Formats: sequence, structure tokens, C-alpha cells
Amino acid sequence: MDAAVRELSYSQAIQEAMAIAMEADERVILMGEDIGVYGGAFQVTGDLIDRFGPDRVMDTPISELGGAGVAVGAAVTGLRPIFEFQFSDFAALAMEQIVNQAAKMRYMLGGAVSVPVVMRFPGGSGTGAAAQHSQSLEAWLGHVPGLKVIQPATPHDVKGMLLAAVADPDPVMIFEHKLLYKMKGPVPEGHYTVPIGKAEVRREGRDLTVVATSLMVHKALEAAETLAAEGMDVEVIDLRTIRPMDRETVIESVKKTSRLMCVYEGVKTLGVGAELSAMVAESEAFDYLDAPIVRLGGAETPIPYNPELEKAAVPQVPGIVAAARDLIRGAR
Amino acid sequence: MAKTTAAKAAPAAEGGNLPFIYREYPRETLLGALRKMHLIRKFEEGAEESYMRGLIHGTMHLSIGQEASAMGICLPLTNDDQITSTHRGHGHCIAKGADVKRMFAEFFGKTTGYCAGRGGSMHIADVTTGNLGANGIVGGGLPIAVGAALTAKRLKTGKVAVCFFGDGANNEGAFHEALNMASVWKLPVVFVCENNKYGMSTSTERSTAVANIADRAAAYSMPGVIVDGNVLSDVAEASHAAVERARRGEGPSLIECKTYRYRGHSKSDRNRYRTKDEIDDWMSNRDPIERYEAQLVEFGIAKADEIEAIRASVAEEIAAGIEFAKASPAPEIADLANYVYTEQA
Repeated sequence: MDAAVRELSYSQAIQEAMAIAMEADERVILMGEDIGVYGGAFQVTGDLIDRFGPDRVMDTPISELGGAGVAVGAAVTGLRPIFEFQFSDFAALAMEQIVNQAAKMRYMLGGAVSVPVVMRFPGGSGTGAAAQHSQSLEAWLGHVPGLKVIQPATPHDVKGMLLAAVADPDPVMIFEHKLLYKMKGPVPEGHYTVPIGKAEVRREGRDLTVVATSLMVHKALEAAETLAAEGMDVEVIDLRTIRPMDRETVIESVKKTSRLMCVYEGVKTLGVGAELSAMVAESEAFDYLDAPIVRLGGAETPIPYNPELEKAAVPQVPGIVAAARDLIRGAR
Repeated sequence: MAKTTAAKAAPAAEGGNLPFIYREYPRETLLGALRKMHLIRKFEEGAEESYMRGLIHGTMHLSIGQEASAMGICLPLTNDDQITSTHRGHGHCIAKGADVKRMFAEFFGKTTGYCAGRGGSMHIADVTTGNLGANGIVGGGLPIAVGAALTAKRLKTGKVAVCFFGDGANNEGAFHEALNMASVWKLPVVFVCENNKYGMSTSTERSTAVANIADRAAAYSMPGVIVDGNVLSDVAEASHAAVERARRGEGPSLIECKTYRYRGHSKSDRNRYRTKDEIDDWMSNRDPIERYEAQLVEFGIAKADEIEAIRASVAEEIAAGIEFAKASPAPEIADLANYVYTEQA
């Protein structure tokens, strides 16, 4: 029997996933700053404290390093913590526990333990919060073996991937773009999972492959509609996971379209687009390329406060359209 | 070291004036503790010698001189209780119950080692006896121990988490965050600072704004106790009180064991930050094993020849452990990526 499908916002979908996981398993707890009666800085945990109580919806002190470490220690010893960073930028305070401990503990101990912790990172620009509350830092963690790093782009996917993350024996880092929280979309009721490590073709096309992440998936889809009106047929892939990356879906698409453009909000240099480009260049798809690979990423600046500067610091729909048009027409 | 509370064995000696462990534990436990202290020292001497002979690569941090601290803290613990350890963690691992054969095998980088040759000295761990691992990051184990205590409280397992760290870690942010959270949440965790006076080369006088690490406990509303870390009974008594307090649900404690490492920080140490007189004084006058043996003889618990027999059996076990390590297979290169993720074995 198919589950009923409703329209939920991205943040409601996360909350529903957490509630399902907590109902199913006593070991699942939520930890984070102001996630209790306050409901979280973005109201993602909302009223879950009323259902599950303060012992399972735990407000931590403002101690990102210690809090993340407690979640890691709890995960190693039998709990299934979901740890919320209030802003992904604050992960900088906790890199020790994420990178040196959570990611490596299983390896360093020769497989004697697992670290089934989930960490949630609200990230991205567009809220006027300036340089310390707007970054897209997923590539930092994507560089670390031992972690899995995901960027769900829709309410459907964030629910299914969060439930997959809770069931995963290894540490899973979820980067959630803050501008997605209010976005609505169809979400099935009940428990389901969306696999980690699988990209999704959001729009099929023949002329160009655009691989995008998170919010940029929606901008790429919007750009593709504009280009369709001009007779250009763009394929849009939602990467969904940056570690481990889905080689097959990307490479097969590029072999079909012979062109690749990567669109992501993180700083362009040494980012997700660099990895995608290298992956394709090293693969059999290289021989199929009819044009240079193009990357559209964040500017080489901190995220500025002024709204026009802020928009200019990350890829926007007109820029995607223009770059794609040039690429397809051979102007590059 | 298991201690049954239901049918408690008779203590080794009677008499209100005797130090704690002689009133609390049976003779067999006390001799077992001595044996483990010798095992720690001989294990480290064996590891050091193997390193000098080129059989072990990398580096190592030896705790020779600190055996009473590791043993005394672990004496009241069961195998179910969990510890987090440090880069100077060989003693903790043995005191908690690990087998030196598999520790040597790990140091030799072999598949039979506790970490299948992936961790070495700095990540030595025997999870089956409750050791969640040595840690290469100063202060890295502090929040992890608090997490283990959170699990114990939430799942009502009755376990206590014990967190070893050095004096250097008390100036890490993780120390302060961990102690604060443990206290706010009243978690069953015991923080154990092994203060050997130097964080690498920097003395506590030069690095730390308080005279004693235990003074920091007041800031986190928990008991802070200072003990002579080279007197087994004093360490065990403090540990017993803190562990019992944790088991009763009354929250965390901080114990500071004042002790000394005879060797340098690691293999690169030229000992230019402390005097030979200081080192000689600790080695000649305050050695934890010699002091414990003297008490065992003084209180009539062991005779000289019995102590000698313990030493001989330890020497045999160490020699057998090194042979086991030498004879064990090295990991296959093809298995390099095993254990990165759970699905990769």
C-alpha cells in the first residue's frame, strides 16, 4: 500500500523524520543548542520536546566542541544521537571531534567500534547573516575519509536521507541550506529511506549535464526551463551526496550530453566542482567531452552583508543560464 | 579488576589504621594489582627496547613511573565500566585488563594487534575490557567520556565512565566544556588528571593559572581531590569514592594524581626542561612499585620471594608477548581501506 503523500516544508520533513526515528528507537536522541522549548534557531525541532521530553531533546550549553564530542562518545557506546549545529559555520569550533575522532575512530581501532552519529549543519547564504553565518562548508568534511556527507535538496529527500543516516552505522553529516527550510514539496507519510551515495536525475536532457547541489539544484532547474524555451535541452543532476560521490550517474550523463557544468554554492576553488570535474576528466567520459568543463561556484570572498553583494557572491539563475548557453553554443 | 559487591571476599588485613586498599580488597586482588603494575612497567620497557632495535616504528609515550595512577584508578572498576585514555595510555590499557600479547602485536603493526595494525601505540584500545581508546589529541577523550556517561545514564546500564587525561589537557577548551556538561547533566563520569608536571616541556607552573588542576573542579561544582599518584592505596581510595558517587547518580568528580614520568615526553625528548636531580629524586625516593611492595611486606601480605615470583612470571609473559607479535602476520596491502566504513569490514 502506498503511503499517503502530503505537502510538507523541508524543515517539517526533517522534524517528521526525527520523530519517526525516535518513536522507533529509544536510543535516538536529539542534541543541540536551543533545540528544546525554543524549537531550534530555524524551528526544525519545533515542539518535539513536548512529545519526547528534555532527556531526548537535549539543549546543550554553547559548547560546540564538547557537545559534538559527547554525541560521538554516546554514539560509540550505544546511543544514536542526532546533533544539530545551530549554523554550519560553528562546525569550525568542533572540527577536532568531527575530523580527528568521529571520522577515524573505527579505523584507528581496527573495526572494534562504530560511530553511528548524525550531525546536521544549517548552511548557505541568502539570509543577510553575513560572513560567519552563511558559509557552505560541506567540502571541508567531504575531504575526510570515514565521514559520509549529504546535501538533500527536497523535502522528500531530506526525510528519506535523514532516516537512512540514522540507520547508518557510520557518521553522517547533513548539510541543509537555510533557504530550503520553508520550501514545500510532496513527502510520503511513515518510514522510508533515500539511499546515501546515489545522485538523482531531476531533469533529463541531451545538450548539457548540470550537476548541482542543494539549493543550486532548484536554480539549475529554473535555468533549464529558460534554456528549454530557447531550444536547449539541459539535464540536471541532483548530486545529493558528496561523499561517497555517485560516479556512475554523473559519468553516464556526461557520456550522453558531452558537456559538464558544476553548480554549487561553496567557494569555487578546491570545492565539490573540482572533484566532479576531475572525476569526469579521469573517466571514460573524458573522450566524450565536446567542450571544457565549467564550474560555477561561490566567489573567492567571505559572504558579504549587503544584499546585492551577497547575491553576487554565489551562483544565480541568470548566471547559470548565460554560462550554460555559452557552453552549449560553443562560445567557451 | 572485578570486585563483587554481593559476596565480598575478606579483606587482606584487619585494622582501622591500615591504608584503604588493605581494608577493602582481598590479598589476591592486591597481588594482582602488583602484578599488573609490573606488567605495565615491563611492557613499556619491552616496547622501548623493541623500538631501539628497530622492531617498532613511529613514536611512543611511556608512562614508566606512573603505574600506581593507572592501576589505582582502575582497581574499583569492572570490565563493563569504560575508560578513555591518552597518548600515554599503555598503563591504562593493561590496568583495565588488556592482554599484552595483543598490545605488542599492535605495536609491531600486526593483524593480531588490538587495532589490526591500524592504530599503534597512540590509539591502543581493548574495547572488550572497556577501553574506548588511547587518543592522539590532547583532551580528545574528555567529551567522549562524557558521551559514554550519557549513554550509561540514558540506558540505565549502571556503568561508570572514567576519563584519563594529562595536565596539559586542562588548558584545552574540551576540558572545560566536558566538565561543565558532565556537571550540568549529573553524569556518572570520573575525570582523572595524571599530573606529571610537564605538558611535553612546559611545566604546569608556566602553563596553568591555578596551583592544582583539582582546583578547577570548583568552577564546575564537583568534588576535586588531590592524591599522591605514586601511592596505590591513595589513588584507589579516591577512585573508589568517585566511582561510588557516580554509581549513586550524584554526578562527576575530578581526581588529580600527582605523579612523574621517568622517560621523556616521546622519543624526540632531550630532557632539557628538567634537571637530572629532579628525575633522580622521583626515581629513587618515590617509585610507585617500590613503595607498594614495601607496604605489602610491611603489612604481612606478601613475602619477598612471592614478589620475586610475580616479577618472574611477568618477565615470562612479556617475552611470550614479544614472540607472539614477531610471529604474527602483517596486514595485507589490499586491506588498506578496511574499517574506514562499516561496510568495508
